[in-house]
Parts: sequence; structure tokens; C-alpha cells
Amino acid sequence: MSLPQRFLDWFSARGWAPRAHQLRVLDHAEARESVLLISPTGGGKTLAGFLPSLAEIAERGPGQGIHTLYVSPLKALAIDIARNLEAPIAEMKLPVTVETRTGDTPHSRRQRQRRNPPDILITTPEQVSLLVADPHAAHLLKGLRTVILDELHSMVTSKRGVLLSLALTRVQSHAPGAIRIGLSATVADPDALRAWLVPAGAKPAPLVLGTPGAKPDIRILSSVERVPWSGHSSLYAIPEVYGEIKRAKMTLVFVNTRSQAETVFQALWEANDDNLPIALHHGSLDVAQRRRVEAAMGQGKLRAVVCTSTLELGIDWGDVDLVVHVGAPKGSSRLLQRIGRSNHRLDLPSQALLVPSNRFEVLECTAALQAAEANAQDTEYPAAMKLDVLAQHILGRACAGPFHPDALFAEVASAWTYRKLTRAEFDQAVDYVATGGYALRAYERHAKLKPLASGTLRLAHPRLAMAYRLNMGTIVEDEMLKVRLAHAKRRPGKRVVAGGRVLGEVEEWFVSQLTIGQTFVFAGEVLRFEGLDEFGALATRSGDREPMVPSYQGGKFPLSTYLASRVRQMLADPAAWKRLPPQVRGWLSLQRLRSAVPQAGQMLVETFPRADKHYMVCYPFEGRLAHQTLGMLLTRRLERAGMQPLGFVASEYALAVWMVRDLPLAVSSGRISLGRLFDEDMMGDDLEAWMAESALMKRTFRNAAIIAGLIERRQAGKEKTARQMTVNTDLIYDVLRTHDPGHLLLRAAWDDAAEGLIDAHRLGAMLRRVKGQILHKALDAVSPLSVPILLDIGRESVYGEGHDALLAEAANALIDEAMRLV
Amino acid sequence: MSRSHRITLSGVDFIPDLSGALFAPDFSALLVADLHLEKGTSLARRGVHLPPYDTRESLLQLKAALEATRPRRLIFLGDSFHDLGARGRIDASDLALLRAITAAADTIWITGNHDPAPPQDLGGVIIGETALGPVSLRHQPKTLRAGEAEISGHLHPAAAIHARGRRIRCRCFIADGKRLIMPAFGSYTGALNVRSEAFEGLFGDFHVWMIGAKAVHRFPASQVR
Repeated sequence: MSLPQRFLDWFSARGWAPRAHQLRVLDHAEARESVLLISPTGGGKTLAGFLPSLAEIAERGPGQGIHTLYVSPLKALAIDIARNLEAPIAEMKLPVTVETRTGDTPHSRRQRQRRNPPDILITTPEQVSLLVADPHAAHLLKGLRTVILDELHSMVTSKRGVLLSLALTRVQSHAPGAIRIGLSATVADPDALRAWLVPAGAKPAPLVLGTPGAKPDIRILSSVERVPWSGHSSLYAIPEVYGEIKRAKMTLVFVNTRSQAETVFQALWEANDDNLPIALHHGSLDVAQRRRVEAAMGQGKLRAVVCTSTLELGIDWGDVDLVVHVGAPKGSSRLLQRIGRSNHRLDLPSQALLVPSNRFEVLECTAALQAAEANAQDTEYPAAMKLDVLAQHILGRACAGPFHPDALFAEVASAWTYRKLTRAEFDQAVDYVATGGYALRAYERHAKLKPLASGTLRLAHPRLAMAYRLNMGTIVEDEMLKVRLAHAKRRPGKRVVAGGRVLGEVEEWFVSQLTIGQTFVFAGEVLRFEGLDEFGALATRSGDREPMVPSYQGGKFPLSTYLASRVRQMLADPAAWKRLPPQVRGWLSLQRLRSAVPQAGQMLVETFPRADKHYMVCYPFEGRLAHQTLGMLLTRRLERAGMQPLGFVASEYALAVWMVRDLPLAVSSGRISLGRLFDEDMMGDDLEAWMAESALMKRTFRNAAIIAGLIERRQAGKEKTARQMTVNTDLIYDVLRTHDPGHLLLRAAWDDAAEGLIDAHRLGAMLRRVKGQILHKALDAVSPLSVPILLDIGRESVYGEGHDALLAEAANALIDEAMRLV
Repeated sequence: MSRSHRITLSGVDFIPDLSGALFAPDFSALLVADLHLEKGTSLARRGVHLPPYDTRESLLQLKAALEATRPRRLIFLGDSFHDLGARGRIDASDLALLRAITAAADTIWITGNHDPAPPQDLGGVIIGETALGPVSLRHQPKTLRAGEAEISGHLHPAAAIHARGRRIRCRCFIADGKRLIMPAFGSYTGALNVRSEAFEGLFGDFHVWMIGAKAVHRFPASQVR
């Protein structure tokens, strides 16, 4: 398509010319083909997505219903995009109306949008689902020509993307001629995205590549300080990071977790002799507080912001010229995405500094830097086929009006994500939505879907549609409690606290761990926990510098498989150690001398005695989750083999198990074979038995139960009644597992856990990889490589003991104490 | 396995069971509180379809406790049914199981706030309060008369302790020398921390008997968080 003259004029008035990739997207749109555009940030990607629509609407004239649906993963991004579109539309005097529709859009405006729809509707994935669940959807979407999916790479990896893919099948049914334009950052597997964009079995969407930007300039902090053996706080590097902030105009300091953000922010604040304006930004802070930080960034009033992934995607808030990454980035693509937040101009290299917080992270940062230099991607593969999401979609479909199961099955199976769905699975999901899908048919009279004579199903009651609107969506938050700053008043004989302003929200499980008087870091301060009231947690400012309760919960993101293999290769190749700082090189050389450095394909297993226990440390480099699962399974096996394991601790890189019996002796005498111990067959019954009991499993079950609509979300303002009405999902899980083990929700939870919290897929792949490749070193003492994980023993939760063992121990300890007093 | 514990009230011994039931050997009586049968199906009208197996699960647990203790008397301490409509929703096979249970012992249904009028066709007698020797049995704890001891339910006690940096929370029996409150027996019933306001003023120096997965564990008040 050649651009209309006024578009060309607009470009040239700015001294621009349409870029090649923008024109190619235009060509595909004119040929009515869906298309995937992969381009770095700052390459005019969004405009490329909108140009075909702007040109078409200019030609057809306004007011003919929704022409283009634009979907963005972030509400803030949606609003920003709408604002950015205003300029070209006004400057070219295009007769195009643009409106946003998000969770915040008032009801009256939605009503108006229904009566008088804009040409371009800018919205979020959840809103697309709500739109197609509306009985008027067919009318609203019949003139739709284009769906633009922005930041597609970030949406497709989660259940949000799976739900969106289902909503798009409905959109397609209402507007068969509409095309999809996917906009994405660079991904590991573009073919998967190309297939995702079009109906299952169709020719994949053609790929258009934008011009690559300048290579980023990445450094690793080579500290004059001693790099710690373990830990995650990076406090050793704070003076140097502060120096970098002073030299730069505006720095984003990325960390991996909220608690790291708190710790780093607090340390920077103490180092802040020049009173630089430095702020904190993470998802648990009060929204108003976050908005203030964003606004100050936009106005150039800040010199640095310490943030989590909350500032990873989307909008440009001001002129960032340096990105500091504290802690290892966990993946090459994540690093590139975060680095891309600086210098949003293609011709200038982004500046980034990596700050490893311990020695293993030096290896990981080095691997990440090399991967980023090679522009190697390790994004996740798109998520597919979630049964809980399917159940939600079916209910949404019923909200729009009666449907025939045959037609809905065909529609759902046309999504790439559900291409492998069987009719039996689909029918099970429909049955679940209607009556809970239990073997015990208790809910026939109260079915949510009622059959009509024609074989179609209709929603039993309009109230259910209301409940759907309140509960839909796939993002399940941890149960959160508000934290309020309280004021302590001394009253005779009693300390009275009264609640004040809200500081933010914290996970309920975290608060449940606290006892009154303990201190913790939140919102950049050390707070003293004062107890709970009906509104949430109360805390006062504490004079302490060090909190009593560390809240580090490990990284949210496990080390990517790709980076892990790069780290293993680097370790195996002493020539590559040249790039490492001398301290780390010395550490590895010593390891080679005292124990061994494994080949890239090998897994090192060290055994040594220490105190009166026997330790086994292995180094799979597969991430904490997979290691935790491995630890659980190994301790079961060692228990059966009579080795009396006492506990284990897992890190991103290694796993340490300790036991009463002499493992190397059992190995040398042939009683135990390490090959057998690490055999893949542990993924069978042992895994099933452990997963079934696991608290992690209960967490995934809760998520699936909420997404599938089994239990309702807690609604603001209704919290108290909701709490009284709901049954704890842990109890439901136990009962369901005993009496209906084949239930859809158990399968949904199992699938999630295997991919997520338990990381069983990755563990299985690792066990296959190390088969016949175990390098065993029986040592007399601790090896240099094992020091970090051994240091974690005092710091991290130790697994391997059931609650009963701990309860018995606590009860017995008390008896011992009592006996001593006698 | 666990040592069996003994809780003594006014000279009468009671044995807390892992199931959440309480056995009184001197009276050959088994006590259970707060089954909340058919809680699972209670929200059906609102379109909430919880797995309808809580009744079956609770009854199977009760049956096992009965078989282990073979009591002459079985006493329900109220809130045995989640609501007045529970009888109408109970599945036929679960109903048969319940009738077999009440047929195996002399059954007493104490009324509770959830079931002020329990179904009359399930065997046994329905009363507001009763007693085992000097120990009163009722649903909700009351102010005790001088010399009175009491066993009740209603509050669904749970206790938490800290061990090795972890907080462990379980259902529990809670008692001092005069008063004992039983954990909720029902498989869908939640629990309330004994440190919360509802328990204030009920106990002097108490102990809790926490119900683990494999054993009951006793802790003094000083260890309970």
C-alpha cells in the first residue's frame, strides 16, 4: 500500500521517511494478512502497527464502528499510546477517534462506547474478554478490520496470553475478515509467535524485522571490594553504585525482588551524602506513591530509581542514561529488555552496569553479558492449553448468549494454544462450568449452564454474568494485607498503637510469620510490627538499622536454561576464566586443585564430612525451584537407602544434602550407586507422592480454583463477608484429592506446578542430561565451590523435615529443658 | 507413633485424638464438635460449586475414630450441620453412612447456632446441653459456675508455634484445668487462632494439643504465638 499523500507530507515535515518495516507491515495489511513485526524499542514499532489502520480509517471515514482493537499488556501503556496517537492524528487532521477502555473506565463511558464506538479502541487483554462476553459483542465487532497486539512476547508466556488467544477466537467469529498485527521485542523462537497469531493449521503470519539498534554497552562491576561468597544484597558494591549514579544523569537500578529493592534503596539512602533525589518503585508500594515517582521521573526531577520489573515494560519515564542491574539478571532476554530502558534511541548504545551480588553471580553475569553481546534470546515459549482458563472462557461465552458446544469446541480448537485440545477435555470443562464436574452429581439443580431443546446451553441466571465480570482474569495475587504506619502512645501500663497512613501492601504469608516487636524492611524503612487490626497490619518506625526478619525469598525468576548452559560451559573452560575478576578466577583455580571443575556435559557431585554429618553437594545449575524439587526427591531416596538424611538447602546453582550416614563409604562399597540415586525414574511415583502433599501444590491449586471460578476473588469492601463465606482452598484440595482424583482442577493445578513452582520439566531434562555423566569427588573437607551453598544453610529455609518432625522436636526440646532444670 | 495425651478436667480424663475427636474412657463416650456437614453444598444457590465431598470425608473420619475407640456414647457438640437446609442436600450414600454411625452408639446431638434444630430422623436424641459427671457439655463456652468444668466447641481453635524459624499452625484442643474447647471436626471448617480476641478471658494458664499430620503435640501457653 502506498501511504496517502498527507501521511507522506507528515513524515517529510518532520524530516522523516517511513521506515522499510513500516511499509512492509502496510503491504501485508493491504493484502489482508496477519503479520508479526519484531523490532527493538524505539524503532517506530507502535506507529508501524497503527499506520495501516490510520490510512484505512482516513479513507473509509469515521463513525462506522470499531475499526481497530489495540491490546497492550499494561494499562499505563494503553493510556500512553492513546496520548501518543493524538499528535499524528491532529497534525494530519485525520478524522479518527481514539478511546481507551481499561478496568478504570467508568461505566457511563463504556455505555457511550457501546452506543457510539470509537474508530480505534485501546485496551488490555482482560477487557477483550469482557468485550466478547457482552451480549452486544457481535454488533460492536462486526466492522472490525484489525487487531494490534503490542508487546506480544510478554503476553504469550502467561495464562493472560492464553485467555487472550481464546478471546481472539471470539473476535474472529464476529469479524472473520479482521487481521492481527503482532508487535514484539526480539524472541528466541519467532516461529512460535507467527503460529500463535493465526488460526491453528493456517500458514504462519509473515515476519517483518525492524532495523536492529546499536549494540548495548554493558560492563560488569569489577569491585575493589571483596565479592561475597553468598547472599543477595550486594551491599558491598553500594559505594561504587552510588558513584555511578552521581556520574549519570538518570539511573534505573533494577533488582529481582521487592525485598532486594528495599535493601538496596535503604543502603543507597545511607550512602547518599549529596542528598541526590533517589526513589523506590515496586509493585507492593501504594499506587499513589508509585504514580508520584513516575511523574517525578518524567519531569526529570530524579537521579535514580530503584525498581523491580514494575518499570521493565512500557512507557518511557524520562531520560534514563544508565541501567544498573543489581544481582544476576537470570536471563539474556530479561537483561536486554531492562537495558533497553535506557537511551530509547536506536542510534545510541544503551549503557548498563551489572552488579553481581556473589561469586556465582559473577559467573552468571559474565555469561549474561556474553549472551547479550551476541543478542542471544532466551524468552519462554508461549504458554498453551490451560484448563482453568478454558473454564473461565466457557463461562464468559455463556454470558454473551446461548451457545452450542460443537460450535464452541471448533472455535476454541482454532486457537494455536488449544490446537491439541480433545473433545473429551472440552466436554469435561463444560461439565465443570455447569455443575462442578464432580463424580458425585450434587449440583444438577443448581447448574450454571442449562440445556435448551436445540442442544445449546444458556446461562442459568443473569447474576452469574455479574459474578463473571467481577472474577474474570488470570492474574491471581497473593493475599495481601495493607501496612499502615501507626503511632505508638504510652499509656500507663500499656502500649497503644493507632493506625495512620497506608504505606503499601505486603503478602499475608509474610505478615503471618511476624511476631509483635519484630522489625522488617518495608517502603524503604525499618519498621516494627505492632500487630493486626481489622484493616491490616500496623507498624511503627523503628530506630534499628538492621531488620530482624530478612524477607529475601529467592528470585522470582529462575536462571534461564540457556544462561545455565553458558555458565556450565564457562566453568568447564579455564581459558574463558580470563574474563573473570581475579578473586573469582582464584576461587575456581583453587576448586580445580582441591576438587575438580566439571566438563560442560558433566555434573559434579562432591561428598565430604563436616562436623558430625556427611554432606553431598551437587551443581546442576538449573535454578532454585528445580533444585528444591530434586532435594525433596533425593532425601526420600536417601531415607529409603538408610542414609538418614537430615535436611537440604537449594540455591540457583547447587544443592546440598546432609545426612547421618557416610555416603562415600556406601558408594565405594557398592551399596549405593550415584547413577541410580540421580536416575530419572525419581520423576515417577516419588514425585507424585511428594507433589500431592506439597504446599507449593496447594498454592497452584488455589490459583487454578480462582481462575476457573470455583471460588470467588476477595472483592474490595466485601472482604469480611467473603472471608466468612469461602472455604480455605487447602482444605478443598485435600478433600478433592481423596474423593475425586481425576477432577479437572487437580489436573490444571498439576500441569501448572510441573511447569512452574516444581519445575519438574526442567528437572527431568536435567536428569536425562547427566545420565552417565556424574563426576564424583569424595573429599576430606569442604570444597571452594561448595562454600556459598553451605553458607546458605543458616540463612535460608532448610527443607526436608515435615511439620510433625519440627513439632515433635519443639515439644521434645521443651522436655529436655525441663529435665535440665530438675 | 505418638504417646497418647491426657487432658484432665475435674478429675475426669479425656484423650485427644488425631482426628479431632475427644475420647472419655471413664464414660465410654466419644465427643466431636463442629462438623458443619454439607458446608460444601451450602453455596450452590449462588452458583458456587465446591467439591461436595466434605460430608463424606468428615463421616469417614468419624467412623474410623469410632472403630478405634468403640464407645457406648457418641456426642456431637453442636454445629453438626452447616445450615438448616443441610438435611435436604445430603447425598443418599452419605446419609446411609451417617445412620450407620448413629446406630453404632447412643447418640446425642447438642444444638448449635448453625443447627438450632438438627434433623430428627438420623437416630439419637437432641438436647441443648448435657454433662459427663462433673463436666458440662455445650456448644458455646459459658461463664463457669464455681466448681463447674466444661467442654465446648464453636470457636474452632488453632494454635501456632515457631520452630527452626518456621511458623507452624494447626487445629488444636485448648484447655486449662476447668475448660476445654475442641477443634472443629468438619473437613471444610476453618480455624481461629487461640491468641485472637474471641478466646480472651476464657482460659487461665492453658495448654494446647496441636493436631499434626501424624501425631498430637502438646505445648504450654508460653510457646503459643
